Amino acid sequence: MKCRVCREPAIIDIRRHNANFCVEHFLRLCRDQVAKAIDRHEMLRPTDRVLVAISGGKDSLALWDILVELGYEADGLYLGLGIGHYSTSSEGFARRFAEDRDLRLEVVDLQEDYGFDVPEGARAARRVPCSACGLSKRHLFDEAARRGGYDAVATGHNLDDEAAVLFGNVLHWQQDYLGRQRPVLPAGNGFPRKVKPLVRLGEREMAAYCVLRSIEYMVEECPMAVGNKHLGYKEALNAIEEQSPGSKHNFYFGFLDRAVDRFGAAFEGDGTDVGTCVRCGAPAGGEVCAFCRLLERVGGSHPDYHSGPTSTGNRTSVSLAPTRVGASDGAAGVRP
Amino acid sequence: MQVELRNPSRTMEFDGPMAVTALLARLSLNRESVLVIRDGTLVPGDSMLADDDHVEIRSVISGGSW
Repeated sequence: MKCRVCREPAIIDIRRHNANFCVEHFLRLCRDQVAKAIDRHEMLRPTDRVLVAISGGKDSLALWDILVELGYEADGLYLGLGIGHYSTSSEGFARRFAEDRDLRLEVVDLQEDYGFDVPEGARAARRVPCSACGLSKRHLFDEAARRGGYDAVATGHNLDDEAAVLFGNVLHWQQDYLGRQRPVLPAGNGFPRKVKPLVRLGEREMAAYCVLRSIEYMVEECPMAVGNKHLGYKEALNAIEEQSPGSKHNFYFGFLDRAVDRFGAAFEGDGTDVGTCVRCGAPAGGEVCAFCRLLERVGGSHPDYHSGPTSTGNRTSVSLAPTRVGASDGAAGVRP
Repeated sequence: MQVELRNPSRTMEFDGPMAVTALLARLSLNRESVLVIRDGTLVPGDSMLADDDHVEIRSVISGGSW
């Protein structure tokens, strides 16, 4: 098996490209695909400050690495979810990555700062854990981006993630979610711009990128996610992909090219009923945003506010002054 | 050869030599879902694994929420 570019021995085959690559040209492919996604979908300007949502897993750390390699000013934000050993280990991977590369990582801890964790939030709200987790993530990453003056929030959603979400939303014809399933959501209605620069790269490629770049990441799956529908959709799509390479790419990019505009606006919220949460100032459909409703049910509270980030090494307790930000709960469908 | 798998963590023994694709087929694993790693680097699908090799088969699927 030889590299398509240089004919040296290859280390990975990418069947949907019908091509094999050596280390050097595979890493170049990954960076080129991210640059292409950013350019084609007008995700970022060269001078943008980017907040990368860091989980400690392969996708977010690879994304952070590639954005820095491409010359973007990119900081990370890790959210401690309180999921036992999984969260402790994930935070360790995130912190070591940042420390080794002298990058700035902020940490928000749900239990420490808000008085609840994801399992408690799920029980109190009678939601599945992934729903309470997603709601908290969206709210807190949006809030941090506004507070920190970032131009965009970048998440590590890859082609497999997007294809699986699309698959689920098509199965249930979640029209509002389908309209927002785009690789970039412009800032609007009080929400920051959201970008997904990894949409041209598959999950296997991101894991390979980390191995070849010696990026240590949290390999174990979140115990709360085991058996969820999203993983089932991925398995189903991979079974199709094995028989017909390129199916996931064609499914997702065909949707973007031919269908997404039929489903509505490329904004969070619907643009007509977004007000401001009376408790935290986030965008909200009613008087109180979904995150503050969750906080009330679980008996938590907003933290004491700091005047600004206070650094302890690379760990930074962040200011959480109330402002706008928001989220809707997305219990029925899968939010893009 | 020793084959290390995760979720749950376990080690299995197989006789070599064996092609990577054959090993994955024996384990009923989809090539799209895993990487095969030997000595810290990737092993492509057409490579042969020796009897004394120690390899890791790493799942690449994750299922977070947003």
